Amino acid sequence: MELSVLETPRSSLAGSAAVRYLMRYLARRPGAARLIVIVLLFGLWEIAARFVVDPLFLSPPSRVIASLGTVFATRGLPAALELTLFELTVAFAIAVAAGLVLGIAIGLQPFVRRSFFPIVLLLYGMPQVTILPLFILFFGIGAASKIAFGVTHGVFPVIVTVVAGVQNLKPILLTSARSMGASRWQIFRYVIFPHMVPSFFAGMRLGMSGVLLGVLLAELYVSIAGIGYFTTLFTQNFDPTKLLGLIGVLAAMAIALNAIVRRAEAHFARWRAG
Amino acid sequence: MISARRNRDAVASRLVQVGFLVAVILLWYLAATRWGVNRLLLPNPVAVFDDLIDILRSGEYIEDLKVTLGELAAAFAISVTGGVTLGYVISRSPYAIRVFEPLFAAIYAIPIVLFLPLFVLFFGLGPASKIALGAAISFFPIAINTVTAFGNVDRLFVTAARSMGASEYRLFRNVLLPAALPVVLSGLRMGFTIALLSIIGSETLASLAGLGHRIVQLAESMEMARMFAYIVFVIAIAAILNAVVSVLEARGRWN
Repeated sequence: MELSVLETPRSSLAGSAAVRYLMRYLARRPGAARLIVIVLLFGLWEIAARFVVDPLFLSPPSRVIASLGTVFATRGLPAALELTLFELTVAFAIAVAAGLVLGIAIGLQPFVRRSFFPIVLLLYGMPQVTILPLFILFFGIGAASKIAFGVTHGVFPVIVTVVAGVQNLKPILLTSARSMGASRWQIFRYVIFPHMVPSFFAGMRLGMSGVLLGVLLAELYVSIAGIGYFTTLFTQNFDPTKLLGLIGVLAAMAIALNAIVRRAEAHFARWRAG
Repeated sequence: MISARRNRDAVASRLVQVGFLVAVILLWYLAATRWGVNRLLLPNPVAVFDDLIDILRSGEYIEDLKVTLGELAAAFAISVTGGVTLGYVISRSPYAIRVFEPLFAAIYAIPIVLFLPLFVLFFGLGPASKIALGAAISFFPIAINTVTAFGNVDRLFVTAARSMGASEYRLFRNVLLPAALPVVLSGLRMGFTIALLSIIGSETLASLAGLGHRIVQLAESMEMARMFAYIVFVIAIAAILNAVVSVLEARGRWN
Protein backbone atom coordinates (compact mmCIF):
# COMPACT_ATOMS: atom_id res chain seq x y z
CA MET A 1 0.00 0.00 0.00
CA GLU A 2 2.65 2.44 1.19
CA LEU A 3 4.87 1.62 -1.74
CA SER A 4 2.32 2.10 -4.45
CA VAL A 5 1.34 5.51 -3.09
CA LEU A 6 4.99 6.57 -3.16
CA GLU A 7 5.39 5.36 -6.69
CA THR A 8 2.54 7.38 -8.19
CA PRO A 9 2.55 11.17 -8.48
CA ARG A 10 0.20 12.94 -6.03
CA SER A 11 -1.91 14.56 -8.72
CA SER A 12 -3.20 11.23 -10.04
CA LEU A 13 -4.09 9.67 -6.70
CA ALA A 14 -7.70 9.16 -7.75
CA GLY A 15 -6.51 7.57 -10.98
CA SER A 16 -4.12 5.27 -9.15
CA ALA A 17 -6.94 4.12 -6.89
CA ALA A 18 -8.92 3.17 -9.98
CA VAL A 19 -5.89 1.39 -11.43
CA ARG A 20 -5.36 -0.46 -8.17
CA TYR A 21 -9.00 -1.51 -8.11
CA LEU A 22 -8.69 -2.69 -11.70
CA MET A 23 -5.52 -4.64 -10.89
CA ARG A 24 -7.20 -6.33 -7.95
CA TYR A 25 -10.23 -7.15 -10.11
CA LEU A 26 -8.01 -8.64 -12.82
CA ALA A 27 -6.04 -10.66 -10.28
CA ARG A 28 -9.25 -12.40 -9.32
CA ARG A 29 -10.46 -12.78 -12.91
CA PRO A 30 -7.86 -14.15 -15.34
CA GLY A 31 -10.68 -14.39 -17.88
CA ALA A 32 -11.01 -10.60 -17.97
CA ALA A 33 -7.26 -10.25 -18.43
CA ARG A 34 -7.48 -12.75 -21.29
CA LEU A 35 -10.16 -10.60 -22.90
CA ILE A 36 -7.87 -7.56 -22.61
CA VAL A 37 -5.06 -9.51 -24.28
CA ILE A 38 -7.38 -10.41 -27.15
CA VAL A 39 -8.56 -6.79 -27.51
CA LEU A 40 -4.92 -5.62 -27.49
CA LEU A 41 -4.05 -8.09 -30.26
CA PHE A 42 -6.95 -6.83 -32.36
CA GLY A 43 -5.85 -3.25 -31.65
CA LEU A 44 -2.34 -4.09 -32.82
CA TRP A 45 -3.77 -5.62 -35.99
CA GLU A 46 -5.93 -2.51 -36.57
CA ILE A 47 -2.95 -0.16 -36.17
CA ALA A 48 -0.67 -2.32 -38.30
CA ALA A 49 -3.23 -2.55 -41.08
CA ARG A 50 -4.06 1.16 -41.03
CA PHE A 51 -0.61 2.69 -40.79
CA VAL A 52 2.12 0.13 -41.49
CA VAL A 53 1.17 -2.61 -43.94
CA ASP A 54 0.17 -2.07 -47.57
CA PRO A 55 -3.67 -2.22 -47.78
CA LEU A 56 -3.28 -4.63 -50.69
CA PHE A 57 -2.18 -7.29 -48.21
CA LEU A 58 -3.93 -6.62 -44.93
CA SER A 59 -7.08 -4.81 -43.93
CA PRO A 60 -7.99 -3.69 -40.42
CA PRO A 61 -10.46 -5.82 -38.43
CA SER A 62 -12.98 -2.96 -38.31
CA ARG A 63 -13.23 -2.93 -42.10
CA VAL A 64 -13.34 -6.75 -42.26
CA ILE A 65 -16.27 -6.87 -39.86
CA ALA A 66 -18.04 -3.99 -41.58
CA SER A 67 -17.77 -5.70 -44.96
CA LEU A 68 -18.92 -9.15 -43.81
CA GLY A 69 -22.21 -8.35 -45.52
CA THR A 70 -20.54 -7.92 -48.91
CA VAL A 71 -18.71 -11.23 -48.43
CA PHE A 72 -22.03 -12.99 -48.01
CA ALA A 73 -23.41 -11.04 -50.97
CA THR A 74 -20.73 -12.52 -53.25
CA ARG A 75 -22.57 -14.68 -55.74
CA GLY A 76 -22.31 -18.38 -54.88
CA LEU A 77 -20.48 -17.92 -51.59
CA PRO A 78 -23.35 -18.59 -49.16
CA ALA A 79 -24.09 -21.79 -51.08
CA ALA A 80 -20.42 -22.81 -50.81
CA LEU A 81 -20.43 -22.20 -47.04
CA GLU A 82 -23.65 -24.17 -46.66
CA LEU A 83 -22.16 -27.01 -48.67
CA THR A 84 -19.05 -27.02 -46.45
CA LEU A 85 -21.19 -27.25 -43.33
CA PHE A 86 -23.13 -30.11 -44.92
CA GLU A 87 -19.89 -31.92 -45.82
CA LEU A 88 -18.59 -31.48 -42.27
CA THR A 89 -21.79 -32.89 -40.76
CA VAL A 90 -21.99 -35.91 -43.06
CA ALA A 91 -18.26 -36.67 -42.75
CA PHE A 92 -18.48 -36.44 -38.96
CA ALA A 93 -21.52 -38.73 -38.81
CA ILE A 94 -19.86 -41.34 -41.03
CA ALA A 95 -16.54 -41.11 -39.17
CA VAL A 96 -18.21 -41.59 -35.78
CA ALA A 97 -20.47 -44.45 -36.90
CA ALA A 98 -17.70 -46.30 -38.76
CA GLY A 99 -15.20 -45.62 -35.97
CA LEU A 100 -17.61 -46.96 -33.37
CA VAL A 101 -18.32 -50.19 -35.27
CA LEU A 102 -14.67 -50.80 -36.20
CA GLY A 103 -13.45 -49.86 -32.73
CA ILE A 104 -15.79 -52.32 -31.03
CA ALA A 105 -15.01 -55.03 -33.58
CA ILE A 106 -11.27 -54.57 -33.11
CA GLY A 107 -11.19 -53.85 -29.40
CA LEU A 108 -13.44 -56.52 -27.94
CA GLN A 109 -11.37 -59.61 -28.78
CA PRO A 110 -7.76 -59.51 -27.49
CA PHE A 111 -6.49 -61.52 -30.44
CA VAL A 112 -8.18 -59.34 -33.03
CA ARG A 113 -6.95 -56.27 -31.20
CA ARG A 114 -3.33 -57.43 -31.17
CA SER A 115 -3.55 -58.26 -34.85
CA PHE A 116 -5.33 -55.24 -36.27
CA PHE A 117 -4.71 -52.39 -33.83
CA PRO A 118 -1.09 -51.91 -35.03
CA ILE A 119 -2.41 -51.62 -38.58
CA VAL A 120 -4.87 -48.93 -37.45
CA LEU A 121 -2.09 -47.03 -35.67
CA LEU A 122 0.13 -47.29 -38.73
CA LEU A 123 -2.60 -45.85 -40.98
CA TYR A 124 -3.37 -43.15 -38.40
CA GLY A 125 0.27 -42.07 -38.40
CA MET A 126 0.48 -41.75 -42.19
CA PRO A 127 0.64 -38.26 -43.70
CA GLN A 128 -2.72 -38.54 -45.43
CA VAL A 129 -2.42 -35.22 -47.20
CA THR A 130 -0.09 -36.89 -49.72
CA ILE A 131 -3.04 -38.86 -51.10
CA LEU A 132 -5.37 -35.85 -51.33
CA PRO A 133 -5.00 -35.64 -55.16
CA LEU A 134 -6.08 -39.30 -55.34
CA PHE A 135 -9.31 -38.53 -53.51
CA ILE A 136 -10.13 -35.85 -56.05
CA LEU A 137 -9.39 -38.26 -58.91
CA PHE A 138 -11.53 -41.00 -57.37
CA PHE A 139 -14.44 -38.96 -56.09
CA GLY A 140 -14.43 -35.88 -58.29
CA ILE A 141 -14.38 -32.22 -57.26
CA GLY A 142 -17.82 -32.29 -55.65
CA ALA A 143 -18.89 -32.97 -52.10
CA ALA A 144 -18.03 -36.70 -52.21
CA SER A 145 -14.26 -36.23 -52.25
CA LYS A 146 -14.35 -33.75 -49.38
CA ILE A 147 -16.58 -35.99 -47.29
CA ALA A 148 -14.34 -38.99 -48.01
CA PHE A 149 -11.19 -37.07 -47.08
CA GLY A 150 -12.84 -35.79 -43.90
CA VAL A 151 -13.90 -39.34 -42.98
CA THR A 152 -10.40 -40.77 -43.37
CA HIS A 153 -9.06 -37.99 -41.12
CA GLY A 154 -11.78 -38.37 -38.50
CA VAL A 155 -12.30 -42.11 -38.30
CA PHE A 156 -8.91 -43.12 -36.87
CA PRO A 157 -8.99 -41.10 -33.65
CA VAL A 158 -12.50 -42.47 -33.02
CA ILE A 159 -11.34 -46.07 -33.56
CA VAL A 160 -8.31 -45.58 -31.31
CA THR A 161 -10.30 -44.12 -28.40
CA VAL A 162 -13.13 -46.66 -28.71
CA VAL A 163 -10.59 -49.50 -28.65
CA ALA A 164 -8.97 -47.95 -25.57
CA GLY A 165 -12.40 -47.64 -23.93
CA VAL A 166 -13.48 -51.22 -24.68
CA GLN A 167 -10.11 -52.52 -23.57
CA ASN A 168 -10.65 -51.24 -20.05
CA LEU A 169 -13.75 -53.37 -19.71
CA LYS A 170 -13.27 -56.04 -17.03
CA PRO A 171 -13.72 -59.52 -18.59
CA ILE A 172 -15.61 -60.67 -15.50
CA LEU A 173 -18.44 -58.25 -16.29
CA LEU A 174 -18.87 -59.81 -19.72
CA THR A 175 -18.68 -63.34 -18.33
CA SER A 176 -21.20 -62.68 -15.59
CA ALA A 177 -23.61 -60.96 -17.98
CA ARG A 178 -23.33 -63.92 -20.33
CA SER A 179 -23.80 -66.47 -17.54
CA MET A 180 -26.95 -64.63 -16.48
CA GLY A 181 -28.26 -65.17 -19.98
CA ALA A 182 -27.91 -61.69 -21.47
CA SER A 183 -28.30 -61.46 -25.22
CA ARG A 184 -25.63 -59.90 -27.45
CA TRP A 185 -27.64 -56.69 -27.71
CA GLN A 186 -28.22 -56.56 -23.96
CA ILE A 187 -24.52 -57.02 -23.30
CA PHE A 188 -23.74 -54.17 -25.66
CA ARG A 189 -26.47 -51.90 -24.31
CA TYR A 190 -25.98 -52.44 -20.57
CA VAL A 191 -22.33 -53.47 -20.18
CA ILE A 192 -20.15 -52.27 -23.02
CA PHE A 193 -21.84 -49.01 -23.93
CA PRO A 194 -21.93 -47.38 -20.47
CA HIS A 195 -18.25 -48.19 -19.98
CA MET A 196 -17.30 -46.70 -23.27
CA VAL A 197 -19.12 -43.38 -23.02
CA PRO A 198 -16.32 -41.14 -21.65
CA SER A 199 -13.63 -42.32 -24.05
CA PHE A 200 -16.17 -42.35 -26.87
CA PHE A 201 -16.86 -38.66 -26.44
CA ALA A 202 -13.17 -37.87 -26.16
CA GLY A 203 -12.84 -39.72 -29.46
CA MET A 204 -15.68 -37.68 -30.95
CA ARG A 205 -13.84 -34.48 -30.06
CA LEU A 206 -10.61 -35.69 -31.69
CA GLY A 207 -12.65 -36.99 -34.62
CA MET A 208 -14.22 -33.56 -35.06
CA SER A 209 -10.82 -31.86 -35.31
CA GLY A 210 -9.77 -34.52 -37.80
CA VAL A 211 -12.90 -34.05 -39.91
CA LEU A 212 -12.46 -30.26 -39.88
CA LEU A 213 -8.87 -30.62 -41.05
CA GLY A 214 -9.71 -33.13 -43.77
CA VAL A 215 -12.73 -31.33 -45.20
CA LEU A 216 -11.06 -27.90 -45.14
CA LEU A 217 -7.86 -29.25 -46.73
CA ALA A 218 -9.88 -30.80 -49.55
CA GLU A 219 -11.98 -27.63 -49.87
CA LEU A 220 -8.88 -25.47 -50.21
CA TYR A 221 -7.24 -27.90 -52.64
CA VAL A 222 -10.04 -27.74 -55.19
CA SER A 223 -9.71 -24.20 -56.51
CA ILE A 224 -12.42 -24.29 -59.15
CA ALA A 225 -15.38 -24.88 -56.83
CA GLY A 226 -16.49 -24.28 -53.25
CA ILE A 227 -14.52 -22.42 -50.59
CA GLY A 228 -11.21 -23.04 -52.36
CA TYR A 229 -12.47 -21.14 -55.40
CA PHE A 230 -13.30 -18.08 -53.33
CA THR A 231 -10.07 -18.05 -51.29
CA THR A 232 -8.09 -18.30 -54.53
CA LEU A 233 -10.23 -15.60 -56.12
CA PHE A 234 -9.82 -13.15 -53.21
CA THR A 235 -6.08 -13.88 -52.99
CA GLN A 236 -5.51 -13.29 -56.68
CA ASN A 237 -7.61 -10.11 -56.64
CA PHE A 238 -5.61 -8.79 -53.66
CA ASP A 239 -8.83 -8.40 -51.70
CA PRO A 240 -7.71 -9.07 -48.11
CA THR A 241 -10.92 -7.64 -46.66
CA LYS A 242 -13.10 -10.34 -48.18
CA LEU A 243 -10.45 -13.05 -47.72
CA LEU A 244 -10.16 -12.28 -44.01
CA GLY A 245 -13.94 -12.16 -43.70
CA LEU A 246 -14.34 -15.58 -45.32
CA ILE A 247 -11.54 -17.12 -43.23
CA GLY A 248 -13.05 -15.56 -40.12
CA VAL A 249 -16.47 -17.07 -40.86
CA LEU A 250 -14.90 -20.51 -41.44
CA ALA A 251 -12.83 -20.24 -38.26
CA ALA A 252 -15.97 -19.30 -36.32
CA MET A 253 -17.70 -22.35 -37.82
CA ALA A 254 -14.81 -24.57 -36.68
CA ILE A 255 -14.79 -23.09 -33.18
CA ALA A 256 -18.57 -23.54 -32.84
CA LEU A 257 -18.49 -27.19 -33.97
CA ASN A 258 -15.61 -27.91 -31.60
CA ALA A 259 -17.47 -26.24 -28.76
CA ILE A 260 -20.63 -28.30 -29.40
CA VAL A 261 -18.70 -31.58 -29.26
CA ARG A 262 -16.80 -30.42 -26.17
CA ARG A 263 -20.08 -29.56 -24.42
CA ALA A 264 -21.49 -32.97 -25.30
CA GLU A 265 -18.38 -34.62 -23.92
CA ALA A 266 -18.60 -32.73 -20.63
CA HIS A 267 -22.33 -33.48 -20.40
CA PHE A 268 -22.04 -37.21 -20.94
CA ALA A 269 -18.94 -37.68 -18.78
CA ARG A 270 -20.65 -36.03 -15.80
CA TRP A 271 -22.68 -39.00 -14.55
CA ARG A 272 -19.47 -40.97 -14.26
CA ALA A 273 -17.71 -38.48 -12.00
CA GLY A 274 -20.78 -38.23 -9.76
CA MET B 1 2.12 -73.42 -20.61
CA ILE B 2 0.57 -69.98 -20.58
CA SER B 3 3.67 -68.35 -22.03
CA ALA B 4 3.79 -70.92 -24.83
CA ARG B 5 0.21 -70.13 -25.70
CA ARG B 6 0.89 -66.43 -25.58
CA ASN B 7 3.87 -66.94 -27.87
CA ARG B 8 1.71 -68.81 -30.32
CA ASP B 9 -0.83 -66.00 -30.17
CA ALA B 10 1.83 -63.40 -30.90
CA VAL B 11 3.06 -65.36 -33.91
CA ALA B 12 -0.52 -65.79 -35.11
CA SER B 13 -1.26 -62.06 -34.90
CA ARG B 14 1.95 -61.28 -36.83
CA LEU B 15 0.75 -63.75 -39.45
CA VAL B 16 -2.60 -61.99 -39.62
CA GLN B 17 -0.84 -58.65 -40.11
CA VAL B 18 1.41 -59.98 -42.87
CA GLY B 19 -1.60 -61.71 -44.42
CA PHE B 20 -3.54 -58.44 -44.38
CA LEU B 21 -0.73 -56.61 -46.15
CA VAL B 22 -0.35 -59.37 -48.75
CA ALA B 23 -4.13 -59.42 -49.30
CA VAL B 24 -4.20 -55.63 -49.90
CA ILE B 25 -1.39 -55.80 -52.45
CA LEU B 26 -2.92 -58.87 -54.10
CA LEU B 27 -6.32 -57.19 -54.36
CA TRP B 28 -4.64 -54.09 -55.78
CA TYR B 29 -2.78 -56.22 -58.34
CA LEU B 30 -5.89 -58.16 -59.35
CA ALA B 31 -7.98 -54.99 -59.57
CA ALA B 32 -5.40 -53.35 -61.82
CA THR B 33 -4.71 -56.32 -64.09
CA ARG B 34 -7.74 -58.64 -64.15
CA TRP B 35 -10.82 -56.70 -63.13
CA GLY B 36 -10.25 -53.89 -65.55
CA VAL B 37 -10.18 -50.97 -63.14
CA ASN B 38 -9.12 -47.94 -65.17
CA ARG B 39 -5.34 -47.51 -65.22
CA LEU B 40 -5.80 -43.79 -64.66
CA LEU B 41 -7.39 -44.52 -61.30
CA LEU B 42 -5.33 -47.47 -60.14
CA PRO B 43 -1.96 -48.21 -61.74
CA ASN B 44 -0.38 -51.64 -61.70
CA PRO B 45 1.62 -52.11 -58.46
CA VAL B 46 4.50 -53.56 -60.47
CA ALA B 47 4.70 -50.35 -62.52
CA VAL B 48 4.61 -48.32 -59.29
CA PHE B 49 7.49 -50.37 -57.90
CA ASP B 50 9.52 -49.91 -61.09
CA ASP B 51 8.91 -46.17 -60.97
CA LEU B 52 9.93 -46.01 -57.32
CA ILE B 53 13.23 -47.77 -58.13
CA ASP B 54 13.72 -45.39 -61.05
CA ILE B 55 13.08 -42.33 -58.84
CA LEU B 56 15.53 -43.53 -56.22
CA ARG B 57 18.18 -44.47 -58.78
CA SER B 58 18.00 -41.29 -60.86
CA GLY B 59 18.02 -39.03 -57.81
CA GLU B 60 15.41 -36.71 -59.34
CA TYR B 61 13.75 -36.42 -55.94
CA ILE B 62 16.72 -34.56 -54.43
CA GLU B 63 15.67 -31.04 -55.46
CA ASP B 64 12.14 -31.41 -54.12
CA LEU B 65 13.34 -33.15 -50.96
CA LYS B 66 15.78 -30.29 -50.34
CA VAL B 67 12.99 -27.72 -50.65
CA THR B 68 10.66 -29.60 -48.31
CA LEU B 69 13.31 -30.34 -45.70
CA GLY B 70 14.60 -26.77 -45.84
CA GLU B 71 11.10 -25.41 -45.20
CA LEU B 72 10.63 -27.94 -42.39
CA ALA B 73 13.92 -26.98 -40.74
CA ALA B 74 13.16 -23.25 -40.90
CA ALA B 75 9.58 -23.64 -39.65
CA PHE B 76 10.61 -25.93 -36.81
CA ALA B 77 13.48 -23.65 -35.77
CA ILE B 78 11.09 -20.68 -35.59
CA SER B 79 8.36 -22.49 -33.67
CA VAL B 80 10.82 -24.08 -31.21
CA THR B 81 12.51 -20.76 -30.47
CA GLY B 82 9.24 -18.88 -30.14
CA GLY B 83 7.23 -21.62 -28.43
CA VAL B 84 9.81 -22.60 -25.82
CA THR B 85 10.75 -18.99 -25.00
CA LEU B 86 7.19 -17.73 -24.71
CA GLY B 87 6.07 -20.89 -22.92
CA TYR B 88 8.87 -20.56 -20.37
CA VAL B 89 8.17 -16.88 -19.73
CA ILE B 90 4.45 -17.58 -19.22
CA SER B 91 5.11 -20.59 -16.99
CA ARG B 92 7.01 -18.40 -14.49
CA SER B 93 3.76 -16.86 -13.22
CA PRO B 94 0.70 -18.95 -12.26
CA TYR B 95 -1.44 -15.93 -13.13
CA ALA B 96 -0.02 -15.72 -16.65
CA ILE B 97 -0.66 -19.44 -17.08
CA ARG B 98 -4.31 -18.92 -16.23
CA VAL B 99 -4.54 -16.01 -18.66
CA PHE B 100 -2.73 -17.52 -21.65
CA GLU B 101 -3.21 -21.27 -21.49
CA PRO B 102 -6.95 -21.31 -22.41
CA LEU B 103 -6.18 -18.80 -25.17
CA PHE B 104 -3.54 -21.09 -26.69
CA ALA B 105 -5.81 -24.13 -26.31
CA ALA B 106 -8.67 -22.32 -28.08
CA ILE B 107 -6.48 -21.24 -31.01
CA TYR B 108 -5.00 -24.76 -31.17
CA ALA B 109 -8.54 -26.06 -31.81
CA ILE B 110 -8.90 -23.98 -35.00
CA PRO B 111 -7.64 -25.70 -38.15
CA ILE B 112 -4.88 -23.19 -38.86
CA VAL B 113 -4.53 -24.46 -42.45
CA LEU B 114 -7.46 -22.08 -43.09
CA PHE B 115 -4.97 -19.23 -42.93
CA LEU B 116 -2.85 -20.60 -45.76
CA PRO B 117 -4.48 -18.32 -48.40
CA LEU B 118 -3.60 -15.37 -46.17
CA PHE B 119 0.02 -16.53 -45.86
CA VAL B 120 0.15 -16.99 -49.63
CA LEU B 121 -1.09 -13.41 -50.00
CA PHE B 122 1.59 -12.13 -47.59
CA PHE B 123 4.55 -14.27 -48.55
CA GLY B 124 3.85 -15.49 -52.07
CA LEU B 125 3.80 -19.01 -53.46
CA GLY B 126 7.43 -19.76 -52.54
CA PRO B 127 8.86 -21.43 -49.46
CA ALA B 128 8.17 -18.44 -47.16
CA SER B 129 4.42 -19.09 -46.97
CA LYS B 130 5.02 -22.77 -46.14
CA ILE B 131 7.52 -21.84 -43.44
CA ALA B 132 5.04 -19.36 -41.96
CA LEU B 133 2.20 -21.89 -41.92
CA GLY B 134 4.38 -24.70 -40.51
CA ALA B 135 5.74 -22.40 -37.80
CA ALA B 136 2.28 -21.08 -36.90
CA ILE B 137 0.78 -24.57 -36.62
CA SER B 138 3.62 -26.20 -34.69
CA PHE B 139 4.03 -23.22 -32.35
CA PHE B 140 0.95 -24.12 -30.29
CA PRO B 141 1.67 -27.69 -29.17
CA ILE B 142 5.23 -26.64 -28.31
CA ALA B 143 4.15 -23.57 -26.33
CA ILE B 144 1.32 -25.42 -24.54
CA ASN B 145 3.58 -28.30 -23.53
CA THR B 146 6.34 -25.94 -22.37
CA VAL B 147 3.88 -24.03 -20.20
CA THR B 148 2.55 -27.28 -18.70
CA ALA B 149 6.04 -28.70 -18.21
CA PHE B 150 7.56 -25.74 -16.37
CA GLY B 151 4.30 -24.82 -14.67
CA ASN B 152 3.95 -28.22 -13.03
CA VAL B 153 7.42 -28.47 -11.48
CA ASP B 154 6.87 -29.27 -7.80
CA ARG B 155 7.06 -26.03 -5.76
CA LEU B 156 8.81 -28.00 -3.00
CA PHE B 157 11.85 -28.66 -5.19
CA VAL B 158 12.11 -25.00 -6.11
CA THR B 159 11.79 -23.85 -2.49
CA ALA B 160 14.29 -26.43 -1.32
CA ALA B 161 16.85 -25.44 -3.96
CA ARG B 162 16.37 -21.74 -3.14
CA SER B 163 16.77 -22.29 0.59
CA MET B 164 19.99 -24.17 -0.09
CA GLY B 165 21.22 -21.03 -1.84
CA ALA B 166 20.96 -22.06 -5.50
CA SER B 167 21.45 -19.23 -7.99
CA GLU B 168 18.82 -18.53 -10.65
CA TYR B 169 20.99 -20.29 -13.21
CA ARG B 170 21.58 -23.34 -10.97
CA LEU B 171 17.87 -23.46 -10.18
CA PHE B 172 17.05 -23.55 -13.90
CA ARG B 173 19.82 -25.95 -14.88
CA ASN B 174 19.55 -28.46 -12.03
CA VAL B 175 15.93 -28.31 -10.91
CA LEU B 176 13.52 -26.83 -13.46
CA LEU B 177 15.05 -28.19 -16.66
CA PRO B 178 15.38 -31.87 -15.63
CA ALA B 179 11.86 -31.87 -14.19
CA ALA B 180 10.29 -30.24 -17.25
CA LEU B 181 12.33 -31.84 -20.04
CA PRO B 182 10.20 -34.94 -20.78
CA VAL B 183 7.01 -32.94 -21.36
CA VAL B 184 8.86 -30.26 -23.35
CA LEU B 185 10.40 -32.95 -25.53
CA SER B 186 7.07 -34.60 -26.24
CA GLY B 187 5.75 -31.15 -27.21
CA LEU B 188 8.68 -30.77 -29.61
CA ARG B 189 7.93 -34.18 -31.13
CA MET B 190 4.25 -33.25 -31.61
CA GLY B 191 5.29 -29.92 -33.10
CA PHE B 192 7.68 -31.62 -35.51
CA THR B 193 5.07 -34.10 -36.74
CA ILE B 194 2.50 -31.35 -37.27
CA ALA B 195 5.04 -29.08 -38.98
CA LEU B 196 5.96 -31.86 -41.42
CA LEU B 197 2.29 -32.57 -42.16
CA SER B 198 1.36 -28.94 -42.68
CA ILE B 199 4.35 -28.24 -44.92
CA ILE B 200 3.59 -31.18 -47.20
CA GLY B 201 -0.06 -30.11 -47.06
CA SER B 202 0.62 -26.51 -48.00
CA GLU B 203 2.87 -27.66 -50.84
CA THR B 204 -0.06 -29.71 -52.06
CA LEU B 205 -2.43 -26.74 -51.87
CA ALA B 206 -0.37 -23.92 -53.36
CA SER B 207 3.32 -24.00 -54.21
CA LEU B 208 6.08 -23.89 -56.79
CA ALA B 209 8.31 -26.74 -55.59
CA GLY B 210 8.65 -29.48 -53.00
CA LEU B 211 7.47 -33.07 -52.60
CA GLY B 212 3.79 -32.15 -52.16
CA HIS B 213 4.00 -30.00 -55.30
CA ARG B 214 5.54 -32.89 -57.25
CA ILE B 215 2.67 -35.22 -56.30
CA VAL B 216 0.06 -32.68 -57.44
CA GLN B 217 1.94 -32.08 -60.68
CA LEU B 218 1.99 -35.80 -61.45
CA ALA B 219 -1.70 -36.07 -60.57
CA GLU B 220 -2.52 -33.25 -62.97
CA SER B 221 -0.52 -34.81 -65.80
CA MET B 222 -2.16 -38.17 -65.01
CA GLU B 223 1.13 -40.01 -64.53
CA MET B 224 -0.46 -42.30 -62.00
CA ALA B 225 2.25 -44.92 -61.48
CA ARG B 226 4.89 -42.27 -60.84
CA MET B 227 2.53 -40.37 -58.55
CA PHE B 228 1.87 -43.51 -56.48
CA ALA B 229 5.63 -44.07 -56.32
CA TYR B 230 6.13 -40.53 -55.01
CA ILE B 231 3.36 -41.02 -52.44
CA VAL B 232 5.13 -44.15 -51.17
CA PHE B 233 8.40 -42.21 -51.13
CA VAL B 234 6.95 -39.29 -49.11
CA ILE B 235 5.25 -41.63 -46.64
CA ALA B 236 8.56 -43.45 -46.15
CA ILE B 237 10.42 -40.14 -45.64
CA ALA B 238 7.81 -39.03 -43.10
CA ALA B 239 8.02 -42.37 -41.27
CA ILE B 240 11.82 -42.17 -41.11
CA LEU B 241 11.80 -38.57 -39.84
CA ASN B 242 9.17 -39.35 -37.20
CA ALA B 243 11.12 -42.42 -36.07
CA VAL B 244 14.33 -40.37 -35.76
CA VAL B 245 12.52 -37.73 -33.71
CA SER B 246 10.98 -40.38 -31.43
CA VAL B 247 14.42 -41.92 -30.81
CA LEU B 248 15.88 -38.48 -30.05
CA GLU B 249 13.01 -37.82 -27.66
CA ALA B 250 13.59 -41.10 -25.81
CA ARG B 251 17.32 -40.33 -25.58
CA GLY B 252 16.66 -36.85 -24.23
CA ARG B 253 14.44 -38.31 -21.55
CA TRP B 254 17.17 -40.67 -20.39
CA ASN B 255 19.79 -37.98 -20.16
